[in-house]
Amino acid sequence: MSRVHDVAVVGGGLLGAAIAWGLARLGQKVIVLDEGDVARRASRANFALVWVQGKGLGLPPYARWSVEASRQWPTLAEALREQTGLDVHYQRPGGFHICLSEAELDARRQLIEQMYAQGAPNDYGLEMVDRSELEKALPEIGPDVVGASYSPHDGHVNSLRTFRAFHAGLRDFGADYRASHDVDRIEPQPGGGFVLHTSGGRIEAAKVVLAAGNGNERLAPQVGLFAPMMPTRGQIIVTERVKPFLHYPLGTLRQTDEGTVMIGDSKEEILDDRETRVPVTTVMADRARRTFPLLNRLNVVRTWSGIRVMTRDGFPIYDQSASAPGAFVACCHSGVTLASMHALELAPRIRDGGLGGPPSSFSARRFADAPETLLNADAAV
Amino acid sequence: MSVLHSDSYDLVVVGAGPAGIAAAAAAAAAGASTLLLDENAGPGGQVWRGLTTTPLTNREMLGKDYWDGEAELGKLRASGAEVIHRATVWSIDPSLQVGVSHGGSSRIVQARKIVVATGAMERPFPIPGWTLPGVMTAGAAQTMLKSSGLVPSEPTVIAGQGPLFWLLAGQILRMGGRIDVMLDTTPKGQLAAALPKAFGFLTTPYFRKGLKMLAEVRSKVRIVKHVTRIEAHGEGQLDRVTWETAGGKRGEMASRLLLLHQGVVPNVNLAMSVGAAHDWDKQQLCWRPRLDEDGQSTVPGLYIAGDGAGIGGVGVALARGRVAAHAALTAMGRKAPASGLSAARAELAKANRGREFLDLLYKPAEQFRIPEGDTIVCRCEEVRARDILSAVEIGASGPNQLKAYLRTGMGPCQGRLCGLTVTELMAKARGTTPEQIGYYRLRAPVKPLMLSELADLPQEPAAVKAVVR
Amino acid sequence: MTPMFSHIPADQRPTLEIFVDGQSVQARRGDTVAAALLASGLDVRRDSAVSGVPRLPYCMMGVCFECLVTINGVGNRQGCLIPVEPGMQVEIQRGKRELGK
Repeated sequence: MSRVHDVAVVGGGLLGAAIAWGLARLGQKVIVLDEGDVARRASRANFALVWVQGKGLGLPPYARWSVEASRQWPTLAEALREQTGLDVHYQRPGGFHICLSEAELDARRQLIEQMYAQGAPNDYGLEMVDRSELEKALPEIGPDVVGASYSPHDGHVNSLRTFRAFHAGLRDFGADYRASHDVDRIEPQPGGGFVLHTSGGRIEAAKVVLAAGNGNERLAPQVGLFAPMMPTRGQIIVTERVKPFLHYPLGTLRQTDEGTVMIGDSKEEILDDRETRVPVTTVMADRARRTFPLLNRLNVVRTWSGIRVMTRDGFPIYDQSASAPGAFVACCHSGVTLASMHALELAPRIRDGGLGGPPSSFSARRFADAPETLLNADAAV
Repeated sequence: MSVLHSDSYDLVVVGAGPAGIAAAAAAAAAGASTLLLDENAGPGGQVWRGLTTTPLTNREMLGKDYWDGEAELGKLRASGAEVIHRATVWSIDPSLQVGVSHGGSSRIVQARKIVVATGAMERPFPIPGWTLPGVMTAGAAQTMLKSSGLVPSEPTVIAGQGPLFWLLAGQILRMGGRIDVMLDTTPKGQLAAALPKAFGFLTTPYFRKGLKMLAEVRSKVRIVKHVTRIEAHGEGQLDRVTWETAGGKRGEMASRLLLLHQGVVPNVNLAMSVGAAHDWDKQQLCWRPRLDEDGQSTVPGLYIAGDGAGIGGVGVALARGRVAAHAALTAMGRKAPASGLSAARAELAKANRGREFLDLLYKPAEQFRIPEGDTIVCRCEEVRARDILSAVEIGASGPNQLKAYLRTGMGPCQGRLCGLTVTELMAKARGTTPEQIGYYRLRAPVKPLMLSELADLPQEPAAVKAVVR
Repeated sequence: MTPMFSHIPADQRPTLEIFVDGQSVQARRGDTVAAALLASGLDVRRDSAVSGVPRLPYCMMGVCFECLVTINGVGNRQGCLIPVEPGMQVEIQRGKRELGK
């Protein structure tokens, strides 16, 4: 069987593009199969935080993976800038999670204690900050703010420009990007390799990486993998551009490098991303103006909703198939935060044919209902 | 918002131009509780702008077509419809809840049926230098003329084509305003192409009026025909316009004001944000909502009337407004005057005559719709044609992916001034059709509103649960 | 600077005073802020929020957002939709809006 492509990456979002870019950078012949213009695309609907605090409660390796992602981001940003000339504006000033009541503050304090109790990464630095200290960093906060948690690893980035930079970089590396190639079926070939049946035709590749977000759930079993997903809907409010006033990202509010203010984040079970719901944006807007009363008179220019890519337990899944070696799956919620790891850490392992090291902590074998094929897959990892 | 009398109405009409006025008047007269919301300071929309306040009280100046609006407005006043001006509708959801901003605060109003009559806007005219101060739309000049009695007083160039192009010139001249040259961009041979469709047009009153208007303007102003290229020049301010004709002749004019016009297109933002399906109109080169014969869109209970339903002019707008109102009344089970719907349908059929001829005659040329090189496409985010072409090269397959890459359509105008250009430019670059390329996915708010207006709305427990964790 | 637009003689509406960056301007009752600015003869170009290039109103009908001004201390208002009122304080915007303005 002739194979023009070393790897077919299913999904051209931020996660797929990061892995594809990492592979193409290593000289792999990559083809990226993507949906069309209208798609449930978390890469276009995200909050653009590179966020560490609070992640990994219940799975300590995820906290370490996130800290490492934050450490690797400058390397990624620089590589993208060098190749494409695009400044993705990664900044790591540290970030705050704001609490608007004593109850919220208690819950936050508890979370932090649990993080340390389970064994936090070295130099984790996550701590509670009281109101008077917070005022020094954020002088504009309103009277309802009672305190915050702070992590020095937290930051943010221009995620849309990152998305564009990956795609510009992919083109520069000679990767083949195919829009409107929705993947319907993947067939492992006897003797290795894969045939992918897409809405744009048949594609062959030696390896396949499933990076289709929530779509991984349907595709994974076709190649002996498992990706239980539990998507939720999130809504975002965006204001007009204002002169810089906010120099730290907050968990639910940040000022972009372009000057707009983004306000998040909601969680609903409804999975229709075409509509936005006013009652939900009302609560978000109210919390934002309680945080910064000066936001009251800013104009909202857009609101939108997006479907979160979310695994059932919220932690990433990385696996290679035992029954069809060369088939990999990667899904996670934090495609922005983990982009550095996907491009710089995961891609080389996929090229080399195995997922040893830190990614091996994120196998879907942790789920009680994981299929037999996966449970007996030690050899493949 | 204390001025609103109720939180729910049988019919909410958005836009107080001819279609909205006609719809609201018909519905309220038949006894339906009716709310008409309009973002301008007074009624009339664009065509009857300033109807109750214009300083041009000499009736000759704006002509009979303009003052015909008074009779329609009279019917509205007599109908008992509630009319609120400077009220901006920023959201409609599929359950027909209307988010409206007025006087710095917002309310949500429940409608049983809605007529969207948000009219038309001028087609984008992306030529080199069109963002320079001193370059405006012809419609802008007409707005200032009607509502403020303002006419150009410095060296002025008008460029483009279409009925308004000539009408505006005639009005400015009649009022002592200044026009130095008119650049007619109607492509060579287009009249011949349109003539087979002229019969309908020849039997309308527009034909006679049109001829008179053309003759009047031609006798007073220098007209350059078959213009194929126009550029606006200046450092931070327009000071010169250059052009080229199909015959290869070049010209230039020192100028403070350049007025551009190449027809009008439906203002689709509100209807699209509700989720009403739109199709590409190959004749008028724009999106138009998919409607049934009574103007109901693919969103049940949401009717679209007026130029927002497809460009047709005043007569068509009035008729569509009445058709939509009567159909909505019938659908609500109200006893509308038996003849109402059929009379309105007959009026609409008559008003539609002649449109095809105008569409063919004034189809704007490709080079004025699909710019190249450094010409700005998205005025808000300052995105140029060549940026869009390079985004297409890295795989942008449509306007939404483009938005992610370049921020086109993300500024305060929410794509109104770049959307059509982006669709047509991408279609050309990808060798496909505008309907294949599609349009921006639009969502509320369709006009900016203050954060406090959103924050002050009532909070529902389920919504609180979705946010506070 | 002579204004690009002038009132026709037949316009006999009463005037009222507004202030543009502190300077007194006689506007006509019923004019929108944008129309009054264009008729004032002042340099009323704003600087764009993205690159700071000069802009003036383009459509005058509420769709283009080129007429954004600060009115009575509130930024980014559509001058073409708001009628002038006596004593109104109008500021020409320089780049992005400021928080709290």
